[in-house]
Amino acid sequence: MPTTSISPAATPLLTCVLRRADDALILGHRLSEWCGHAPMLEEDIALANIALDCVGQARSLYDYAAVVDGGGLTEDDFAYRREAGAFRNCLLVEQPNGDFAATIVRQVLFSAFIDPYFRALAASADATLAAVAAKAEKETAYHLRHSAEWLIRLGDGTQESRARAQAALDELWPYTGELFEVDDAEAAVIAAGIAPDPRGLAAAYDATLEAVLGQATLTRPAGAWMQTGGRLGRHSEHLGFILADLQYLQRAHPGATW
Amino acid sequence: MSAADDALARTARAAAATVCDPEIPVLTIADLGVLREVSVRDGVVEVAITPTYSGCPAMDVIGLEVQTALARAGIAQARVRLVLSPAWTTDWMTDAGKEKLRAYGIAPPAGKASRRALFGEEQVTCPLCGSTRTERISEFGSTACKALWRCTACREPFDSFKCI
Repeated sequence: MPTTSISPAATPLLTCVLRRADDALILGHRLSEWCGHAPMLEEDIALANIALDCVGQARSLYDYAAVVDGGGLTEDDFAYRREAGAFRNCLLVEQPNGDFAATIVRQVLFSAFIDPYFRALAASADATLAAVAAKAEKETAYHLRHSAEWLIRLGDGTQESRARAQAALDELWPYTGELFEVDDAEAAVIAAGIAPDPRGLAAAYDATLEAVLGQATLTRPAGAWMQTGGRLGRHSEHLGFILADLQYLQRAHPGATW
Repeated sequence: MSAADDALARTARAAAATVCDPEIPVLTIADLGVLREVSVRDGVVEVAITPTYSGCPAMDVIGLEVQTALARAGIAQARVRLVLSPAWTTDWMTDAGKEKLRAYGIAPPAGKASRRALFGEEQVTCPLCGSTRTERISEFGSTACKALWRCTACREPFDSFKCI
């Protein structure tokens, strides 16, 4: 594998595939950072399992990105040879793990979106995306249940856990708007029946959050202002640090295998 | 397929079906439903396998083991193909496989796979004492396909195969 960075030509389909793949890879990487550090053994295993599902979903999607690109690239090229500006993940998934409450809130906010998204994508006109999504949605249903149960315990728990969960919710809420963004690339794949329109999933997202936050006795932030940029490659500084860790080996020893 | 191809496919299937899951060695990939299809095209055997979970780390080993089992059966040339569709479901696990799991101390997937409500209840029978007085400790267990449970009758913790 050569050392140089790649920036594949962005057709709407490739853009759409990379947005889903990058979300899964970066969230999976973030969750893997908990390995050996979670507050209890069961959660260490749970977060590592969710990370594994996410990285597995990312691999299937990068495999397909390589096919769509048609330039002889592999899944590894997409993961290891793009710089931060070429990543198309939403800003939510690159936010730091913070404390356990922040990780759980981030997971609920993402899972409540991606679970119905994958379920809708399973009906895609694109057979490969439909297959990947049909597999993934069984996994994301578990991720949502796991994180939602924790959020209820934290929110409806002690004064300390409630305060931390609410603080994390207030902090991460402005990153949820990006999940529903539709630009020209997204509109093109929606029109072609390849991807679902995320705006059509907003009502279900709100209903899920209302149910979970209600049981958790947490307050949904009122602010309407939403952060944006990740889908176009404008990231928070956190992504650079993630990639430094994630890509170190292939950047230092290009093509290394074991 | 010609008669020769047919015979070759049968031999190949029998060989591939003996491969065990590296994480749950009491189950073969045929018991699990991971072995999807064995076909012969232009004299070359092609074995299709499907992962239980997207990130299942056992797939590479399973692919290698299939190649080895085929080589042992005298089939040197074979392709292993990974298929995602239709998505694997616990419904494909054979009854014999479920019984082997239970005897091994893992609760087999309970009932038919279907989308549950967000906090849907499930009932799992203790594989050790048979009691239904069980509770979930964690949604995730020692592998992606299992959850961690405990029996409040015999007090033993056990793995339960997630129903998906």
